[in-house]
Amino acid sequence: MADKRDLLILGGGLVGMTLALAAARKGISSHVIDRADPAELTAEGFDGRASAISTASWNLFSNIGLDSALEPFGCPIASIAVTDGMKPGRIDFQPEAHEGSLGLMFTNRSLRLALFEAAKDEPLISWHARAEVIKRERLEFEVAATLASGERLEAKLMVAAEGRNSPTREDAGISVAKWDYRHRAIIVGLTHEKPHGNVAWEIFYPAGPFALLPLLDAPDGKHRSALVWTVNEKDAAGVLALSDRAFLAEVDKRMHGVFGAIALDGPRSSYPLGFHHTAKITEHRLALVGDAAHGIHPIAGQGLNLGLRDVGALVEVLVEGMRLGLDPADAQSLTRYERWRGLDSFMVAFATDGLTRLFGIPGRLPSAIRRFGMGVVQRTPVLKHWFMDEARGMSGTLPELMRG
Amino acid sequence: MPDATVANATIRPDEAAHFAALAKDWWNPKGSSAMLHRLNPVRLAFLREAIDRHWDGNSTSLKPLAGKSALDVGCGAGLLCEPLARLGADVTGVDAAPENVEAAALHCEGAGLDIRYMAGELASLGLGQFDLVTSMEVIEHVADKAAFIGSLASHLAPGGLMVLSTPNRTPQSRLLLIGVAEAVGMVPRGTHHWDDFVTPEDLRELLAGTGLTMSEPRGIAFSPLKGLHLSTDLSLNYIVTATRA
Repeated sequence: MADKRDLLILGGGLVGMTLALAAARKGISSHVIDRADPAELTAEGFDGRASAISTASWNLFSNIGLDSALEPFGCPIASIAVTDGMKPGRIDFQPEAHEGSLGLMFTNRSLRLALFEAAKDEPLISWHARAEVIKRERLEFEVAATLASGERLEAKLMVAAEGRNSPTREDAGISVAKWDYRHRAIIVGLTHEKPHGNVAWEIFYPAGPFALLPLLDAPDGKHRSALVWTVNEKDAAGVLALSDRAFLAEVDKRMHGVFGAIALDGPRSSYPLGFHHTAKITEHRLALVGDAAHGIHPIAGQGLNLGLRDVGALVEVLVEGMRLGLDPADAQSLTRYERWRGLDSFMVAFATDGLTRLFGIPGRLPSAIRRFGMGVVQRTPVLKHWFMDEARGMSGTLPELMRG
Repeated sequence: MPDATVANATIRPDEAAHFAALAKDWWNPKGSSAMLHRLNPVRLAFLREAIDRHWDGNSTSLKPLAGKSALDVGCGAGLLCEPLARLGADVTGVDAAPENVEAAALHCEGAGLDIRYMAGELASLGLGQFDLVTSMEVIEHVADKAAFIGSLASHLAPGGLMVLSTPNRTPQSRLLLIGVAEAVGMVPRGTHHWDDFVTPEDLRELLAGTGLTMSEPRGIAFSPLKGLHLSTDLSLNYIVTATRA
């Protein structure tokens, strides 16, 4: 007898896991299939990957009961400093006291651990780790995934949460508009002499942004930040091959000593940057969430936040349909999800893509124009608030799960 | 002549045949029942609110009808029966046209739901009483409306809830539901006969005749921005609950 559930979530990363938990809190059951071994994903040691959690995303975690487990690991972002290669004319996004923080920085490992812990005892989540999907079926009345082990898992709605190269999306024949930035993000943890003062730095260089994201101090009291350094694809191999000392020197040169002496905290990793977007994020009995639906430049740390907004919106339309007795994959519900998320994710993707290109133009005149533009933003409260609301994820129609 | 009493019943043979022709197309959200598919979430929203209020239920539960029996009269291919079953009810669907019932049974099996479907005249089927009795967009197709309402009432269990919806008999409904909707193909031709439409006052009287009290009717209106939605405008279509006082 097959254990037939409401959702078949392909991909158990941060977005897939949060979806399963948020759905379960509303009484919706799921299978979650993931290739990775959870023990490896949460292994000791910092892999350098970190995520900014916007106010809206934090509300989502609170509403599904994860706030107390996550709170000790979040580093509040008190302000964001944006500069054009450390030249004068920087913008500081600093909210008023009553407006709260601009978000919280987490290592991805601490997020994953909290999600695993919460999902472990949830009977509405059936977790299939180290599992390879060899066949996907979307039939008239149900969906199914067959695993390499021969097991066939059935549900009503398939959700692709496998990230940017989603095989389920390819399988469904949904084409995406994409372009490659021919850039690579190099990611590494740093420890530094001076405290970061809860400031996130976005330093724009023509080759791409150099972002320093504040993390909580390490257990031994060392100050920590996560570095996301974007380099040209043709230079990436060279930068990755540098010795630790030479690499540190290159990083140090770009930081202008804002944090004093620095050291590496863990190994370097890198991934290619690209932008992809599809207006079509649903098909018969299928919904795309997270990077499977849209991949954006990590410049503003909005990738995970966008994915979590997908989660909030999808759970809301599912609940609204199911409390009326509709099939979880009801065509009208899926259309609502698509319309709700389509424009929002495109706006964010478009804005971050625009920023990347704007700051990618070399030369003194473009730099002067950028610094002039930044000065305007700095002195125009309406614009500054718009940018801050975007960073907090509080603009647009928020899903109920993401409201405070 | 026992057959004679059945023949005198409320189904018009030409109406039943008309829907049988549509049966196969029922479940296509873009097919000829597209209007009903769009109407479904609207009337279900009303129904959900009525269920929570009547049984003092939790509005976030996904199974508010668990442990309750439901009867849907004029069930077509099960557009309403299937949601009722998902909400936890033990559902019986009755339709005059055997083809509808066949299509409904087939679809419900595929969907993995357990619903009892029966073809024929409600009064002659000898069904018992039910906690919830629904009949949506049906009474306008029925010849002897008093007999029909009487039969619905006799199947309502003590303390039960009845929910009915139907087009109003107004100049607007004549223009939009018959004139425009049929002309542009939103509703199949021959679906409605305006003279058969029932006003809320008529319905209140019919229900009172069987000892049932009708609630304030809610309108189901259409606007280009909102589509079909619940409204205070009763001129096109309306939906009511009825309970034994």
